Amino acid sequence: MITPKTNIKTSVLSINKLCKSFGENTVLNDFDLQLYGQQNIVVLGKSGSGKSVLIKCIIGLLRPDSGKIILFNKDVHQLNDIELDKLRVKVGFLFQSNALYDSMTVRENLEFPLRRHWIKHPQKEVDQMVNQALTDVRLLHTIDMMPAELSGGMRKRIALARTLILKPEIILYDEPTTGLDPITGKEIIQLMVDIKKKYGTAALIISHDMNCVKLASDYVVILLEGKCYASGKYEELILNEDKKVRQFFE
Amino acid sequence: MTEIPSFKIFLNEIGQTSRFAYRFLIQWFKPRYEIAEFFRQCYVIGYKSLPLIGLTGFIMGLVLTMQLRPTMIEYGVESQIPVIVAIAIVREIGPVITALIFAGKIGSSIGAELGSMKVTEQIDAMEVSGTNPFKYLVVSRVLATTIMLPVLVMLSDAISLYGAYLGVNIRGMTSFHFFWIEVFDSLSFNDVLPAFIKTYFFGFAVGIIGCYKGFNSNKGTEGVGKSANSAVVLSSILIFIIDLLAVQVTDLLGFN
Repeated sequence: MITPKTNIKTSVLSINKLCKSFGENTVLNDFDLQLYGQQNIVVLGKSGSGKSVLIKCIIGLLRPDSGKIILFNKDVHQLNDIELDKLRVKVGFLFQSNALYDSMTVRENLEFPLRRHWIKHPQKEVDQMVNQALTDVRLLHTIDMMPAELSGGMRKRIALARTLILKPEIILYDEPTTGLDPITGKEIIQLMVDIKKKYGTAALIISHDMNCVKLASDYVVILLEGKCYASGKYEELILNEDKKVRQFFE
Repeated sequence: MTEIPSFKIFLNEIGQTSRFAYRFLIQWFKPRYEIAEFFRQCYVIGYKSLPLIGLTGFIMGLVLTMQLRPTMIEYGVESQIPVIVAIAIVREIGPVITALIFAGKIGSSIGAELGSMKVTEQIDAMEVSGTNPFKYLVVSRVLATTIMLPVLVMLSDAISLYGAYLGVNIRGMTSFHFFWIEVFDSLSFNDVLPAFIKTYFFGFAVGIIGCYKGFNSNKGTEGVGKSANSAVVLSSILIFIIDLLAVQVTDLLGFN
């Protein structure tokens, strides 16, 4: 049994009154969220509602207009580049488009974050970590293949392996099942559940796939008009009578 | 009235490109140095461009000589063909044509590569993986284009002159040794140095425009195509502008 990465009672991510606009288009407007150790929160919202903007703000790829993002007790947007790099080692990010490097093999894709972060690993350890991450996603045989040779589902799993390689304490999933057929989508969701069980990670999942919400969430947040419109467990929200909430579950 | 917004966009583009170039100048000497990526880019940009540059250089020298020949015979100065061809190739045609071909091959490939990396979030993934994408992708490529283009121009000039030698010998008889003596006697320091220096600026222009267009690509795959296309068009125009300025500067400095 692997020791869980995070404590169930500790807040690992706290978002307070987050605002972000692009020109006159306000995407996030006083958005609040708390994520605890070993908890999976699914953020549900319409396309273009600012879900991806939210996780890009969390990881420091976008700067919010106002509000605070506290990740492992550190204000993300007050950190310098080195501090931010150290913090990012603890956070995995699964991109919607997978973002695998086309010019690199699967092995090189997985080695890239290991070689680039401030921690230096010997080659033997790097090989072990790559093999372990690929074994976790059941794709060890693709180690020397190029991303273009893989199917959409395999690419998603390789991207997940790359996310896992640094043994993150939080994983941010940006629409992990988008563009996949329902069967492959369910496999990815099962993988996400297995990862949580095995490593005890917390996760923030951006999705509008109801299967994902049902199977992978401990808690659901509905993002509407830039705010946390409703939240609760899946079983609670499905019984909610509010018209705007119901449209997600019907 | 429609010209005003277009002119604004044009000025904005110049401003953004200048800022991008300034960011390069600030970042290139700061650690962390991406030495492995720089050498990989030198290989991709320099070595892999060699066959194309060599072939076009050879044809350029051969054709130039064959086109010049009738006029030179008409004026009774056929023996001066190596001199005229050498000066034309080394001072102007070699650097400019090589830079334009380089812009077509490398500028478009950098624009398309970085553009597709941008739209598929690979640049964001790089940043999340503890890498400064500007240093890793832009600085290494711009340095590689700046350093490799002068080398390619030198090789292209040499191959062009060899093509010119063959061109001379299609209808006449000139020894290899005599041809090269004529070439080197006709060239002076004032011919070679300004031509060599301006190629660094051509290389820098191709690299910075390709990277700027790719790095700021948007609108999905359509944007990638536009980035590649505008990288070639803009860097080609810039090559001619730099060439024009280089002539003025060398004239002012007394190199002509």
